Amino acid sequence: MASTAIPRLTATAPSSGPIQQVTVTVNDVPFTMQVEPRTLLVHFLRDSLGLTGTHIGCDTTHCGACTVLVDDTPVKSCTVLAVQANGRKVRTVEGLEANGKLHPVQEGFTVEHGLQCGFCTPGMMMTSVALLARNPNPSEEEIRRAISGNLCRCTGYMNIVKAIQHAAQAQSGASGGKP
Amino acid sequence: MTIHGGIGQSLQRKEDARLIRGKGNYVDDIQLPGMLYLDFTRSPYAHATIKAIRTEKALKLPGVLAVVTGKDLDAAKLAWMPTLMSDTQMVLPIDTVMFQGQEVAAVVGDSRYSAADGAAAVEIDYDPLPVVIDPFKALDPNAPIVRPDKPKKSNHIWHWEVGDQKGTEELLAKSATVVKQEFYLPRINVSSIETCGCVAAFDPMGRLTVWMTTQAPHAIRTVFALVSGIPENKIRIISPDLGGGFGGKVPVYPGYVVAVVAALTTGKPVKWVEDRMDNLLSSSFARDYHISAEIGATADGKLTALRVKTVADHGYTDAAANPSKFPAGLFHIITGSYPFEKAFVEVDGVYTNKPPGGIAYRCSFRVTEAAYAIERLVDILAHKIQMDPAEFRLKNFIPPSAFPYKSALGWTYDSGNYGGALHKAMEMIDYAGLRREQAEKRKRGELMGIGISSFTEIVGAGPSHTFDILGLKMFESCEIRIHPTGKVMARFGTKSQGQGHETTYSQILAEELGIPAENISIEEGDTDTAPYGLGTYASRSTPTAGAAAVIASRKIREKAQKIAAHLLEVSPNDVEWKDYKFQVKGVPEKSKTMADVAFAAYTNPAPGTEAGLEAVDYYDPPNMTYPFGSYVCVVDIDKGTGQVKVRRFVAVDDCGTIINPMIVEGQIHGGLNMGLAPALYEQISYDENGNMRGSSFLDYLVPTAVESPHWETGKTTTPSPHHPIGAKGVGESPTVGAPAAIVNAVIDALAPYGVTNIDIPIYPWKVWQVLHDKGVS
Repeated sequence: MASTAIPRLTATAPSSGPIQQVTVTVNDVPFTMQVEPRTLLVHFLRDSLGLTGTHIGCDTTHCGACTVLVDDTPVKSCTVLAVQANGRKVRTVEGLEANGKLHPVQEGFTVEHGLQCGFCTPGMMMTSVALLARNPNPSEEEIRRAISGNLCRCTGYMNIVKAIQHAAQAQSGASGGKP
Repeated sequence: MTIHGGIGQSLQRKEDARLIRGKGNYVDDIQLPGMLYLDFTRSPYAHATIKAIRTEKALKLPGVLAVVTGKDLDAAKLAWMPTLMSDTQMVLPIDTVMFQGQEVAAVVGDSRYSAADGAAAVEIDYDPLPVVIDPFKALDPNAPIVRPDKPKKSNHIWHWEVGDQKGTEELLAKSATVVKQEFYLPRINVSSIETCGCVAAFDPMGRLTVWMTTQAPHAIRTVFALVSGIPENKIRIISPDLGGGFGGKVPVYPGYVVAVVAALTTGKPVKWVEDRMDNLLSSSFARDYHISAEIGATADGKLTALRVKTVADHGYTDAAANPSKFPAGLFHIITGSYPFEKAFVEVDGVYTNKPPGGIAYRCSFRVTEAAYAIERLVDILAHKIQMDPAEFRLKNFIPPSAFPYKSALGWTYDSGNYGGALHKAMEMIDYAGLRREQAEKRKRGELMGIGISSFTEIVGAGPSHTFDILGLKMFESCEIRIHPTGKVMARFGTKSQGQGHETTYSQILAEELGIPAENISIEEGDTDTAPYGLGTYASRSTPTAGAAAVIASRKIREKAQKIAAHLLEVSPNDVEWKDYKFQVKGVPEKSKTMADVAFAAYTNPAPGTEAGLEAVDYYDPPNMTYPFGSYVCVVDIDKGTGQVKVRRFVAVDDCGTIINPMIVEGQIHGGLNMGLAPALYEQISYDENGNMRGSSFLDYLVPTAVESPHWETGKTTTPSPHHPIGAKGVGESPTVGAPAAIVNAVIDALAPYGVTNIDIPIYPWKVWQVLHDKGVS
């Protein structure tokens, strides 16, 4: 009885496919590279550009460890092709710190102990950045909903919520968030 | 007087500086020149004979360099390897696959993509064999034999028992009330967000370096040396930053071994990293315990005896990560927080056509299974005699005056104050008020439940007279070097997976050496530099390595005192260590700091004193530590859907002396989530053909921030009397204690309808079915 293997999510076409040129602006720096059309954005960032701060946790869009911003919108880069990012601006965790100053979200995660193993953290922070851009003063409920596409196995999410509240306060200068 | 970063301070974590910048160094971040990639073709069958493996198509694909099969490995006597429980496990199968998703052929490619292409193109012919999935059916004399290679022609692996069978049976027969319940704790997977992987590379001198997702790098090095024949001095295991571990990164996986073989045969570095489906299909599982347990009580509600019979499903090999003498781990902590006069526990290990199971899920050695069973049983008995479950526990707890307490199954609990923790939790949550609210709601037909769990943990493995893994005693190590400028490098045999060891150990050393934490660097995970240790799992690091840090520091202080005396021109007996300095007794203004002494140790050591300021300690704990806690959970149940909502959850933990309160609280939050998960969401199950139901996070429901409650924490402090600073370990306590609190709350809500048990995970449909069957609308 012959059988094929369990389908592989990462193997959809032979690697002899055409090579395509893409130009992606990552953390304000334009990169022009030759890629296979099937190259995932996360592999482009990690393997081609060496930006290993963006992690891979599931390959199936569930865990969110690979979340980056494409034109300021959070996407899971394990299910976006590099060619789809052609001509766009990508922001990764490496692009959060500016002029030697941590982003308020990075500050919040440290001060509130919002990370343990740190593997989900870059994706979690990118989702948080996008949340605070559209809702500068989110409630706990809104924060929990916003990060529900990012799995964390270490923290129980309590201190991640606090970290985002901390960042919200730092960004807005307000004295407190919604209850 | 305190020192910056000393014990008891919520010091911000040292690790965070790199991790929040995306500058951590995880295994998949390692890129070496010319590196190749490994991927596997996996079995679609749970049990089948391999008739043929055809590799031609795969080898023709661009970038595919080699395909390795079990027969290739067999020629090098590497097709099988030992498990940590002295069983045997396939690296790659020679002729028979044992579970769905098992690695069958390994493909080496020049990129991740070409390796995956190759794995998809390997053609394998199988003849399916009868599948054994149910461990009870596996014990049927006519069941197909999973392991015909074994001398014993049966699926029964081992029988283990402890306690007084006759005495227990007699006492149960005399007990006024006896309750018996069966519990199934299903298979679950730790699902660290980082999967398992490695990079293997040989240098030109034939020395092997493996960067590996391992919680126990030294033990792995020794196992690799024994299995491969490579001399141990020519193997270096480096465990870099780990993206979670929880026990899942203790075992040796086939991918590690094949990556080394591939690196050896190709002469190039080889990387293997699982994807999530690989991880869920084939990495080690936890639990899968079928427990039948009964307890008795006297007419006035005092617990008498406990009897437990358990069938443990280990999959096709016993690859548990237990201390060697304990095939069922520390399951005999099952007498819990209660002074049972008699107890008897038996466990039978069984083979089935599933991946190897029996490792931890953020819980040391079967303690969750034990805590769950006893805390559920106590509730069932309290309900049966119509006593409040809090009152019943308070009436039965081992009293503080009884410690050290020798349990009926042989453990000597070091310390405890169980009533203190429960009273505090009840106060924090307003237990009496909740019971009044519940009574009101019951009148209105609303489903609200309150559940308690007052667990006893056992961590810090362990004393060498009892604890070893493959003969390696379970000591733990710390090596400290103080540099001339008073800065410290300390290395440990443990390996953090997110627990924050770099911070916690720095704080212990700061306290003991009088050197601020920012001047202390911590290293773990590199077997070339760290002293030998058994690694981090089972909440053992603070109880063992933390103690080694204290003892090594005190060895340094002993030598430093002589140097300080030399500098102060007095006799060493006239010098004392006070306020983090060496002072002339009675003359505090005449003093030397540890930094002063360190400088002198290299520039002006006392006559007759060896230069340098270093120490190493291999700590052999005199006993386990016994953290405990009391949790109270409130749930509301939707009668229409069966949905359980955890409204409140108060966790009072007692882990002895707390080194960093912020880190401890973080550990408790995370542990509670990993108690919630199996109670309500996570299960790995198989159909009768051995097909895994669900091998992605679409089906395996790791809780998100939305399902996770707002945890409320509290503490009591009962220091361990035998640990040098009284610490006990905490990472796993909440995972051990939380499931019973949640389930007890659900059952409490349903108790008016005569419900005594629902097996976890308590999915809404299970509750709905029970309500439907009882005619509740």
